[in-house]
Amino acid sequence: MANLDIKLKVDASGLSCPLPILKATQGIKTIESGQLMEIVATDPGSVKDFDAWSKATGNALIEQDAADGKFRFVLRRK
Amino acid sequence: MDETISIVLFSGTDDKLQSAAVLVGGAAALGKPVKILLQYWALEAFRADRIKANHGLAPEAGEAGRTAIDAAAKGGGAHWSDTMRMAKEIGEIDIQACSLSMDVLKLKQADLDSLVDGIEGVAAFLINAGDGQIVFI
Repeated sequence: MANLDIKLKVDASGLSCPLPILKATQGIKTIESGQLMEIVATDPGSVKDFDAWSKATGNALIEQDAADGKFRFVLRRK
Repeated sequence: MDETISIVLFSGTDDKLQSAAVLVGGAAALGKPVKILLQYWALEAFRADRIKANHGLAPEAGEAGRTAIDAAAKGGGAHWSDTMRMAKEIGEIDIQACSLSMDVLKLKQADLDSLVDGIEGVAAFLINAGDGQIVFI
């Protein structure tokens, strides 16, 4: 895992669809363009949702992984 | 991604309202504007004094459905009204009460939750929907 400069960490564990992407939308607004946000979710739908959300909003999904039922996404604000 | 989604929300059971809230929340996160027209039992469910009351489930849910939904509510699922409130903070979500339903149910806007932005007729709703999609729930 690359050593990334994460500006904001959002824990959406235990939250069901569509709350992880809503939390992400709230969170991304609090950081500057080019900064990174990490979000952790347990909703399995979040994998396809964050892919779609990234494409729709232009905030790049630069890293993602899954372990122990947790899905982690790193997004760069447009 | 800014095509408006127009939703005619008719049903007043918690499962269908939750289904609508998921759509609205998703649209808000993707930056799609949403316009909702509340009719009949959905409108009744938006009454300020009972928005968080038990609105029941669609008949097909049955007892097993009730158990599953109750378990989901305890395990991280937000109430549909809270999801809609969050969506409104994030996105462009406009919720209007159908004027005919207001009349039939003898409601005034003061009786409704603050999620409701106003009262409109079907012509205004259809004109605003334009060529965009209309979803009926």
